[in-house]
Amino acid sequence: MNSIFVICEIEEGKVADVSLELMTKGRSLANELKCKLEALVLGHNLKGVEKELYPFGADVVHIGDDARLDPYTTLPHTSVIVELFEKEQPQIALLGASTFGRDLGPRVSSALQSGLTADCTSLVIGDHEDKKAKKEYKDLLYQIRPAFGGNIVATIINPDCRPQMATVREGVMKKEVYDAAYKGKVNKLDIDKMLKPEDLVVKVIERHMEKSKVNIKNSSIIVAGGYGVGSKENFAQLEELAHVLGGEVGASRAAVDAGYASHERQIGQTGVTVRPKLYIACGISGQIQHTAGMEESAMIIAINNDPNAPINKIADYVITGDLGAVVPKLIKFYKKNTK
Amino acid sequence: MGLKVIVLAKQVPDTRNVGKDAMKADGTVNRAALPAIFNPEDLNALEQALRLKDRYPGTEVTILTMGPGRAADIIREGLFRGADDGYLLTDRAFAGSDTLATSYAISCAIKKMNGVDLIIAGRQAIDGDTAQVGPQVAEKLGLPQVTYAEEVLSVDKDKMVIKRRLERGVETVEMPLPGVITVNASAPDCRPRNAKLTMKFKHAKTITERQGEAEDYIDMTADRPYLNIAEMSVNDIDSDAKWLGLTGSPTKVKKIENVVFQAKESKRLTPSDEEIDELMKDLIANHTIG
Repeated sequence: MNSIFVICEIEEGKVADVSLELMTKGRSLANELKCKLEALVLGHNLKGVEKELYPFGADVVHIGDDARLDPYTTLPHTSVIVELFEKEQPQIALLGASTFGRDLGPRVSSALQSGLTADCTSLVIGDHEDKKAKKEYKDLLYQIRPAFGGNIVATIINPDCRPQMATVREGVMKKEVYDAAYKGKVNKLDIDKMLKPEDLVVKVIERHMEKSKVNIKNSSIIVAGGYGVGSKENFAQLEELAHVLGGEVGASRAAVDAGYASHERQIGQTGVTVRPKLYIACGISGQIQHTAGMEESAMIIAINNDPNAPINKIADYVITGDLGAVVPKLIKFYKKNTK
Repeated sequence: MGLKVIVLAKQVPDTRNVGKDAMKADGTVNRAALPAIFNPEDLNALEQALRLKDRYPGTEVTILTMGPGRAADIIREGLFRGADDGYLLTDRAFAGSDTLATSYAISCAIKKMNGVDLIIAGRQAIDGDTAQVGPQVAEKLGLPQVTYAEEVLSVDKDKMVIKRRLERGVETVEMPLPGVITVNASAPDCRPRNAKLTMKFKHAKTITERQGEAEDYIDMTADRPYLNIAEMSVNDIDSDAKWLGLTGSPTKVKKIENVVFQAKESKRLTPSDEEIDELMKDLIANHTIG
């Protein structure tokens, strides 16, 4: 059976977390389908990169090491991937839903006329019957994602086109070493033969990368606010609570759209996925786009005016009341009980 | 140096303000309950186009949208804000298109238009959040792309310099023209409607809209050709039916589920001092906090 490919992203000389998370997912899908898992890495100065990927269960690591592939630009990467995929015919290709994957994925899928599903929150193998065409499909990739503002969850399939392509955001899948002693093999790509002069027309003049100042992904306590917080000023109260508890402030998309919090704090399908020890949801109704990014929190406290807010259904504690009253009390009684 | 700029825009249901009646009892989306709006990031894209028009006299800004007849609303909205003209690509043959079939139809329409130097689209639409149509249109037209653009810094006669906003930083890139850029929400907001332009284009309509009207405005448009919003159907573009609509869409929707949460057993608290005090004691005792 044809292989599963993970298109890996290089970040500061290393394989990005999101790519390793997809390797973990790709390995379990490959075991289920009894096929190979192959990684594809393009960039420059990649010596030894295969050693980062073998422990995640890579059977083959395709490496394209060339100065023209770093920094990343769309066209040379597309040309190399399209040529390789036409030869290798992968059944599934996964990539991170980062700016890299969301720039590259659609370009590759368009060139190959294959379907691409963005920002999947779950990937599973399943069958499909097309009753109209009386055709049966075995072992398709179900690409599951919230859509329509999170009001529905859609299962998308690509019955006829290959590869079945999907992007997944960082943090959605779990990164786990498959076997520290796992060994695959390297396939070095002849980049010179794969690039055309017209692939090199876009030039990166300057890159100014900075480490993200906000680190909600790794915070064990998150105080998140939604549209119900009501104003930027009220958000300051959440910041105080987060500060007192030693956590970070997060926000729902509605709160970010309303300008209460910056985009880098957004939690949910189109933001960051988090799994903290404690998640305090303040004035968040609980659209699935948001809950997809936090429902695996160990403990959830929901504070809401609306006793029927959907978020209450996944919360361990529900406090029905006004944020303006509840949040200061949380601060007060936390201080009282820790002194 | 005037540029020919095409802005790709989409009319979308306002999924950000979803009320309780947004879902029907059978679990499908009740589109009628959601207001149709100009996709927010497409407005950021329009603003970038209008800024080029401010800077380089002679620049023409054309809006291209694909959708049902009522999507002419967003072309009018674009005209009110400073666009020069617009095309509505509409046909039942496009129904059921996924991003790839949409991109194919749009690229065929662009080939029929009067040349282009720059195509600007919003990064993504709020109903699908895929961010795929911009890059796929670029690929279908064989043009370079720059996604996640925040600002056009400069334009020469055959190239432009663009600032991109990435997760962890900023990148400045040079792209030859013609090319495609997609614009982020972090780019400047679109300017509001201009009063004079709103008066001028108030009666701008597609032919279909005019035919459906009781009042006859044909006399009015005879000497005001700018009031005609061009409509394109599948017959106006050179396309292969196998790449259009449902047939041309490699992705299929297998299943749609209305969102129902599995209810956990949650403890209900009131905001009284005693209960909050008790909660904090519990959380500290089980080492969740503190």
